[in-house]
Amino acid sequence: MKNKIELLMGNEAIGQGLIEAGCQVAAAYPGTPSTEILQAVIDRRDLAAEPLHLEWSVNEKIAFEVALAASYTGKRSVAVMKQVGLNVAADPFMRTAYIGVKGGMLTIVADDPGPHSSQNEQDTRLFCLQARVPVIDPASPAEAKALIEPAFALSEKYGINVVLRPTTRICHSRQNVSIGAPVVLDRQANFEPDTSRWVATPAFLPALHRQLNANLEKISVEPAWQPLLTSGDNSQPRTALVAAGIVYGNLVDLLEELGLSDKIDLYQVLMPYPLNPDFCQDLHEKYDRILILEETYPVIELQLAHPGAVGKQNGAVPREGELMPDVVHQVLASFLDLTPPAEQPEERRGQRPSLCPGCSHRSAFYSIKKCFPQGIYPSDIGCYTLGMNLGAVHTVHCMGACISQGAGFYQAYQQDSDEFPTIIVTIGDSTFFHAGIPALINAVIQQARIIIVILDNATTAMTGGQPVPHMGVAAGNVSTKAVAIEPLVKAAGVEFLEVWDPYDNEKFEVLLKSADDYIRSPQGGVAVLIARHGCVMDPAVRQAQDSFLVTINENCIGCRICVDKFECPALYMDEENNVAIVNQDRCIGCGTCIQSCPVDAIIKEEKS
Amino acid sequence: MKQQIIVSGIGGQGVLFLTRVIAQVAVNRNIPVLTSETHGMAQRGGTVLSTIKIGDFASPLICSGQADLGLLLWEANLPVHQSLLQEKGVWIINSSNNSDHISINAAKIARDLGNAVLLNLVLLGAAIKDEALCFTVDECETAIKQLAPKKFVEQNLAAFHKGLSC
Repeated sequence: MKNKIELLMGNEAIGQGLIEAGCQVAAAYPGTPSTEILQAVIDRRDLAAEPLHLEWSVNEKIAFEVALAASYTGKRSVAVMKQVGLNVAADPFMRTAYIGVKGGMLTIVADDPGPHSSQNEQDTRLFCLQARVPVIDPASPAEAKALIEPAFALSEKYGINVVLRPTTRICHSRQNVSIGAPVVLDRQANFEPDTSRWVATPAFLPALHRQLNANLEKISVEPAWQPLLTSGDNSQPRTALVAAGIVYGNLVDLLEELGLSDKIDLYQVLMPYPLNPDFCQDLHEKYDRILILEETYPVIELQLAHPGAVGKQNGAVPREGELMPDVVHQVLASFLDLTPPAEQPEERRGQRPSLCPGCSHRSAFYSIKKCFPQGIYPSDIGCYTLGMNLGAVHTVHCMGACISQGAGFYQAYQQDSDEFPTIIVTIGDSTFFHAGIPALINAVIQQARIIIVILDNATTAMTGGQPVPHMGVAAGNVSTKAVAIEPLVKAAGVEFLEVWDPYDNEKFEVLLKSADDYIRSPQGGVAVLIARHGCVMDPAVRQAQDSFLVTINENCIGCRICVDKFECPALYMDEENNVAIVNQDRCIGCGTCIQSCPVDAIIKEEKS
Repeated sequence: MKQQIIVSGIGGQGVLFLTRVIAQVAVNRNIPVLTSETHGMAQRGGTVLSTIKIGDFASPLICSGQADLGLLLWEANLPVHQSLLQEKGVWIINSSNNSDHISINAAKIARDLGNAVLLNLVLLGAAIKDEALCFTVDECETAIKQLAPKKFVEQNLAAFHKGLSC
């Protein structure tokens, strides 16, 4: 059968590759740019030749451990996450290097150089060097897919977890990709207890560590994973280019553009760690100067340790951000002494993102800011980070940090005075389940007097609406048990718990104030207020709620409060006439902005 | 055939769908294509940019001064993405009054059709009409039918045709 060609996003290509390679357990926690990988497997699950368990796990550590145990039974499995998700999964990930796996196991970690949607631009390849785990760096969506089956085979040959590291520009690129049929592996779950491995106490670890090091040496010389050389014509003697990932693609296009294809030795590194020592040696002997292009940290460069290396360590290649084509052009021109490219105008920022029109988080933040203008606002990772546009977010760190940070703020302030500031933590429902629960228990037992507002929009909104544990729906819209938030909060020892829809700002503000009274009362502690309103990105939510024709009348005094302080993107200023206007293309007719107007100029009417 | 295209707008305007339609036409013609898209937080109403490279390329990203065509759904992005277009490049802009470039009030046309989001395909129609994209009307229609959810196919085709005839 001739292979079918489809236009696939990198993440879809990877998802399709997992199905074709006979992966039977896939677990992930959503996070940009990785999210669409599991979604693609879910969408294609009917193509799988064998049973396939898919899950949106509660966090990345759990996803990794679920996939790991499935591999112990001999089946192929995968854990998928974004780069900072690997920090959450670091504990099992590090030990797995020593203990190994049985069925092929991949960890797909999507990095975000730039960063575009992350709290840092850490390089998973360097993480793998520290963990001693082989890592693959694909240069295109089609290549990412093509490397999945060989990566499973490598994992099984050496009983080792293998990491595939696509970056944002691979994940979110589309390409014509060839579709194949899934392999049939016909494996039955067969866990064989072996305390020297699966239990491995310190007594067993030196031998396992030795085995790991021996395996890494063999993996580094595996023929299928060697750097690929495109030879030059020797017009640039003793000079080479070494690149990996999307930067390799950028470089290839640039060389073509400049008429330099096949003029200079060019290596593509597929597996940046472990790098073949013979390759390194060869480069030392053959070349005096080597330009090394990789994102984001100098992982290949560190291993090559070439005295003529031009890269991040000597500052010739920018150490931060993406190596976009223009950057590669400048670096290459300087390396080869070419005419430098025209100076680029300073990059201009476009429209900043903001909470959607009608987002209930906006209403909650507006009320919080109104009730506690002098408050401290720790917040967290999700759409609601955008509460910073309303001045209602003071800290964002990593998943779940806001609750512990809120408690930390309290401990520091209460030492000085009984008149501590009101600390209002905001955390989304998915983030609360991910890493908020241990932090909540800790805040309660340490008697922190803080208000925690759980912004419950019934979904993981930022990444496109993955299911959350309290909705009773699992991956692929399958019904499951629902784990409600309220009993969890109560079981954590919280004695003040209220639930309200922040669209009703008057009552919501009454509850915020009573929460503040509670935390300051003699018996006070953690107060939790659940702000509950569905995500308006969900068409069902929009259809179920009232929608009005919202307009601004002649009473408008041009005070800008609705535009700047309430910050709904459906409102903008007509600067010429100094009045606010509703953009009817974007307004969803919720009317939540009405409260922000000091002169009652925003009005709502039934739609005709 | 080689062509480099950028599609610029803000999250929620249908930049991704338009990108996919263009890339799908290339796939249907059996021409290699690479696109790069903006996902994640910027999609919440922020500036988004897609790049499309049709032909024999290794990376979807576009160097400054290399794009042949820019489809601009959000006029205020012009100063942000202008440097990507080559000197002879063509901008087709959703605008009510931009005299420097090919401008078409796609938002109004889309609104008259009942949904502002349809402006993406109005612009596509305009690009075909002006021969800024070397695709046929049939090829675009096929791709739209392949990619649009069934119940929106007619609406999408209507928007495309409005762009063709304006």
